[in-house]
Amino acid sequence: MTLFLSYLINGINLGSVYAIIALGYTMVYGIAKMLNFAHGDIIMVGAYISFCAAQYLGLPALVSVLMAMAVCTTLGIVIEGLAYRPLRQAPSLAVLITAIGVSYFLQNSALLIWGANPKSFPSVVSVPSISLLNGSLLISGETIVTILANIIIMVTLTLFTSRTKMGKAMRAVSEDKGAAELMGINVNTTISVTFAIGSALAAIAGVLLCSSYPTLMPTTGSMPGIKAFTAAVFGGIGSIPGAMIGGILLGIIEILGKAYVSTELGDAFVFAVLIIVLLVKPTGLFGKVVPEKV
Amino acid sequence: MKKRNKRMTDKLITFGIVIVAFIFCQIMISTGNMSRSLRGQLIPICVYIVMAVSLNLTVGISGELSLGHAGFMSVGAFSGIIAAMWMHKGIGVENQVLCLIFAIVAGGIFAGIAGVLIGIPVLRLRGDYLAIVTLAFGEIIRNVMNCIYISLDGQSLHFGFVNPNLPGKLLLNGPAGTTGIVKMSTFPMAFALVLLTLLVVLNLIDSRNGRAIMAIRDSRIAAESVGLQVTRYKMMAFVTSAVLAGMAGAIYGLNFSTVTAAKFKFDTSILVLVFVVMGGIGNIRGSVIAATLLTVLPELLRAFSDFRMLFYAILLILVMLVGNNPTLRSMVLRIIPRRKNQSQDGEVN
Repeated sequence: MTLFLSYLINGINLGSVYAIIALGYTMVYGIAKMLNFAHGDIIMVGAYISFCAAQYLGLPALVSVLMAMAVCTTLGIVIEGLAYRPLRQAPSLAVLITAIGVSYFLQNSALLIWGANPKSFPSVVSVPSISLLNGSLLISGETIVTILANIIIMVTLTLFTSRTKMGKAMRAVSEDKGAAELMGINVNTTISVTFAIGSALAAIAGVLLCSSYPTLMPTTGSMPGIKAFTAAVFGGIGSIPGAMIGGILLGIIEILGKAYVSTELGDAFVFAVLIIVLLVKPTGLFGKVVPEKV
Repeated sequence: MKKRNKRMTDKLITFGIVIVAFIFCQIMISTGNMSRSLRGQLIPICVYIVMAVSLNLTVGISGELSLGHAGFMSVGAFSGIIAAMWMHKGIGVENQVLCLIFAIVAGGIFAGIAGVLIGIPVLRLRGDYLAIVTLAFGEIIRNVMNCIYISLDGQSLHFGFVNPNLPGKLLLNGPAGTTGIVKMSTFPMAFALVLLTLLVVLNLIDSRNGRAIMAIRDSRIAAESVGLQVTRYKMMAFVTSAVLAGMAGAIYGLNFSTVTAAKFKFDTSILVLVFVVMGGIGNIRGSVIAATLLTVLPELLRAFSDFRMLFYAILLILVMLVGNNPTLRSMVLRIIPRRKNQSQDGEVN
């Protein structure tokens, strides 16, 4: 029973990281209607920046995280402006391939700058771990911080999109770009801000992911990126609570599958559950049904 | 009538290009003018041409974005290798060409079965959801392949799931991949598969079935209302594409002494998708040319050594931007004047 609980907590920890990445994915998808495959690589860049700031410049952990967020935010805005904005009217496949190109670009740049050897990422979390049930169940500081960060981010984002002017503009643009423009909303700025927020979240996710699973390589971000996207679809793409719940469920399924069935098949379970959910409810758990017009 | 003739010439041009390229390569090999690294690329080029053309059938002709094409290649590769090794070592057929043909057929059949099984749930979905589910299936196939162990004991094959303790000699060793393969693939056989693929796909596009598939792509509702069975035609395109990818996989697998499931991960599916998009979606001849050039390109960029993949990425982004952004496009067109009446995107060659 304690073993099960500790797996469950590990699952929630991993799932919370997926949820933070998925929030970025889902916001970008909701507003720009594009699969941003480069999102996973921004996670990797964030983790590297934080690693360098802490290791080479000797900055405190919190400052290194803020630095990673700043760099990733800039990176997100630059990528959007240079690669995606010129393709606003282009067919979606062209945008998808461009995103793949950006992803290759980031991975190979990282390979040139930091080399192919995996780096051991020192945890940024200094919160002590909690032991429960007479010490048989240990919750690590990383887990506590990850889960708290996830909850804070989700609440802030929900308030941001429902209360602030920029948040309302985002929802308007995701609903109907043309109409939003007629109402005086600057569509380009709104999309840039979305990318900035998504990339900042990716930086946080990268640091948290590498604090719990401390191997950092140029390809570190790609698999969590794909899984987080799966989580976003699982929860219904475009929905903020959906991304959060999808992410956490996916993390739990992955860890339990790996623990109780087979380590090799952990990923297969994640994807199998996604397929089953989509077959029963083709728009995901919280997705909106868009009726087809003739 | 005139339009029909034009399509016929288009088809012949495509075949002509491929055959001339093949003869050219053969002459280069026999006169010893082809570098070793390029000779090693010939079979992968043919494999990627088949992969790109078959994916184009799904993405371009049938209009379904598939991100799991490498999964079918993987099924084809492993079943092909097992079939060939069983025939060669188990039954003792010495003729390697016969074994290879058997492997290709087996690869096609197993990939086809996988195509039917995956197609039934996948084709109920649309758009990005369909894309993510094909991606999921590709990853599941890769994970499952990592857990399968097959051994050859005399004439019989033993099969184990997550269990490597099998009698006889292991052929497929889970995550370590296949062991002890006799390399059987030859360039002429790979080329024959390219011809077969072109024949099947170009004729399918030009047939009544192909027109139905394209009608469904253009407007599902309109096609349904004139009585076309949407699922049937979508399955036809999807399964044909899977069978061809499986055949390509068999040739690819028998070209190396070891093959692991990790070779057929998501990146490979994306690579093939890049060929399709670069060559023009729905344009078969474009797929052939793009697959060839982009397989050779990283080799040609070898001079830049560490920077070559970076260049590849930048090139990919630039081509997409120039091809799809009206301002950039007109800027480039002003510099390079083109002839008029060039074929529009989406036309089938």
